[in-house]
Amino acid sequence: MHFGLTDEQQMIVDTVREFVEREIYPHENTVESTGEVPAEIAAEIKRKTLELGFYAANFPEEIGGGGLNHLEFALLERELGRGSMALNHFFGRPQNILMACEGEQRERYLLPAVKGERMDALAMTEPDAGSDVRGMKCVAKREGGDWVVNGTKHFISGAEHADFIIVFIATGEDQTPKGPKKRITAFLVDRGTPGFEIAPGYQSVSHRGYQNMILRFEDCRLPDAQVLGEIDGGFAVMNEWLYATRITVATMSVGRARRVFDMALGYAAEREQFGQKIGKFQGVSFQLADMITEIDAADHLTLASAWRLDQALPANREIASAKLYASEMLARVTDAALQIYGGMGLMSDLPIERFWRDARVERIWDGTSEIQRHIISRELLRPLGA
Amino acid sequence: MKVLVPVKRVIDYNVKVRVKADNTGVDLANVKMSMNPFDEIAVEEAIRLKEAGKASEIIVVSVGVKQSQETLRTGLAMGADRAILIEAAETVDTDVEPLAVAKLLAKVVEEEQPGLVLLGKQAIDNDCNATGQMLAAVLGWPQATFASKLEITDDGAQVIREVDGGLQTIKIKTPAIVTVDLRLNEPRYASLPNIMKAKKKPMEMKTPADYGVDVSPRLEVVKVVEPASRQAGIKVGSVAELVDKLKNEAGVI
Repeated sequence: MHFGLTDEQQMIVDTVREFVEREIYPHENTVESTGEVPAEIAAEIKRKTLELGFYAANFPEEIGGGGLNHLEFALLERELGRGSMALNHFFGRPQNILMACEGEQRERYLLPAVKGERMDALAMTEPDAGSDVRGMKCVAKREGGDWVVNGTKHFISGAEHADFIIVFIATGEDQTPKGPKKRITAFLVDRGTPGFEIAPGYQSVSHRGYQNMILRFEDCRLPDAQVLGEIDGGFAVMNEWLYATRITVATMSVGRARRVFDMALGYAAEREQFGQKIGKFQGVSFQLADMITEIDAADHLTLASAWRLDQALPANREIASAKLYASEMLARVTDAALQIYGGMGLMSDLPIERFWRDARVERIWDGTSEIQRHIISRELLRPLGA
Repeated sequence: MKVLVPVKRVIDYNVKVRVKADNTGVDLANVKMSMNPFDEIAVEEAIRLKEAGKASEIIVVSVGVKQSQETLRTGLAMGADRAILIEAAETVDTDVEPLAVAKLLAKVVEEEQPGLVLLGKQAIDNDCNATGQMLAAVLGWPQATFASKLEITDDGAQVIREVDGGLQTIKIKTPAIVTVDLRLNEPRYASLPNIMKAKKKPMEMKTPADYGVDVSPRLEVVKVVEPASRQAGIKVGSVAELVDKLKNEAGVI
C-alpha cells in the first residue's frame, strides 16, 4: 500500500488550491451578498481554467480533456470544494455522462462541452419525484416519429448557465410485482427548444448564487437524435456514469471541512477566555481532535473509492459510503467549528455560518443519506437473501 | 540563448513561521515548502523570454536537500526545459550559504554557458540578498539587481532597477546576472498538460563533490529569536495632547 501523492498529483493539488485561494475566495463575499455570480467574473474564471488546461479535466485527452483518472480528479475537486460552489461551477467539469454521446452528438454536445463552448446541466428531480426516481411524471410520448415531452423538473443546478441539459424522462411503464415502474430515457435538450422553458427556482439556504432552476416542458418535441444512450436505457447510462456526482459531493465536503477546520484551529489558538487560549480547554481541544480525525477518515474513504474505480474494482458500495460519511462529517465539523467560534460564528461577517448552511444540502442532493444507506445495506444483504 | 534559473526551496509564504524552542532556527518539520516567490518570478521571466523567441532553453537549478526536486518539478511544470539538482544538504535545517551556492552555480554556468542567469533578488527565508551578486563576482560577469523590467537587446540587455527613491535604467552586456524584484511580472500557474509533462523532462542529480566545491559553513548561527512583539498603542484626544506626549513622554520633539 502507498498513501503518498506522486509529484504530479501534488502539483495538481497545489495548483488548484492556489487557484481557488487567488481566483475564487476574493469573489465569495460578492456572490454571497448578491446571490449571483457577476458575468465578467464567471467568464474570467472560465477563461483561466481553459488556458491552464484544467477545464474538463475529467475527460480523456483524446477528446481534448485533461485526462485525469478518478483519484486525481477527486484530489482536484477536493481542493475546488474549499471555494464557493457558485464560482467554481466555472472551473468547468462537464457531466461525464456526456461520454455516452454517439455519432453527431459528439460534435454537438460532447466536444463543445469539453472545450467550454457549451455548458451542460443534469435534470432528474421533480416536485413529486425526489429519491423515488421511477416515480417521475415528466413523460415523453411517441408522436409521428418524435417524442413529445410534458412535465416539470426542479432543483436543477447550473441550468441558468446551461446551453443544453441532460434530462431524464419517462418513456414507458413496466408492471412489476411491486407495482408499476417507469421506463426512463436520457435526452439532450437544447436551451431554446420550443416548448422548453428554464425558469428561476427557489431561494436556498445552501450555496447562495449556485441557483437551482425549474424546467418546464409543454408539448416539447424532441427527435430520436436527442436520445442519449438507448431508448428506455436511462437507468443504464445513469448507472454507468452518475457515480461521479457522489464522489464529487464526498470529496468537496472533505475540502470544505478542511478549510473550516483550519479556521477553527487558528481561532482556538488565538482566542482567549478565562485568561487563556480557548484551545487549552479540553472542551475545545477534543472537538478539534474529533474534527480532524473525521476529516481524515472521510478523505481516505473517498480517495480509496476513486482509486477502486481506477483499478476497475467494484466501487458502488464504497462510493455510497464515502458520500454518506463525508457529507455527514461536514455537518458535524461545520457545527463544531461554529460552536468554537461562539456567537461570532453565527454572524455573516465571518464565513463560518455560510459553511454551516452550505453543509446542509450535501446530505440531501445526489442521493440522500438514506438512499446511500439503502445502497450500502442492499449490497451487503441482498447476496444473503435478506 | 540559454537561460539558467537558480531556484530555492523555502518555507511557504503563507506559513506562520515559528522559532524552535531551543532557538537554533525555525521549525521546518511538517511545514509546507514552496519555491522562493522571487525565483518564481525569475522562472516566469525566463519562460516569457522563450515565448518571445529570445531564449532557446531554460534550465532550472537548485542547491539544497533532495526534496528540492519538488521545487524543480514546479519549475518544469511552469515551462522550464530541464533541471539540475545539486544535493548539498542532508537535512531541511541546513541552509547552504550564499557563497557556497554562488561557487556551485559558477561551475554550472561554466558547463552550461548560458547567456543569462535570472534569479530572485533574495530568498524569503534568510533574506540574504547575496547569491546573485556573489555569483557575478565569482564569474566576473556584469550584474543588474532588483530588476522590475528586462529587455533583451542586440548586444545585451536593458534593465530597469528598483532603487531607493525611484527607478534606474541601466544597460549591461551579456552574458550577465539579473536578479529580479517583485514587480517584474506575475508568475503563471502550472498548466495541467505541463504538470503531466514535467515528470518526463530530464533532471540531473549532482553533488558539490562533482564540482569540487567546499560547501561547509563559514557562518555560525548563534541564536534565532522571534521579533519582539509590538506594544499596544494609545489613543490621544487632541493634537495638543499628541504634541505634549511626543515632547514630554517620548522626548522625540
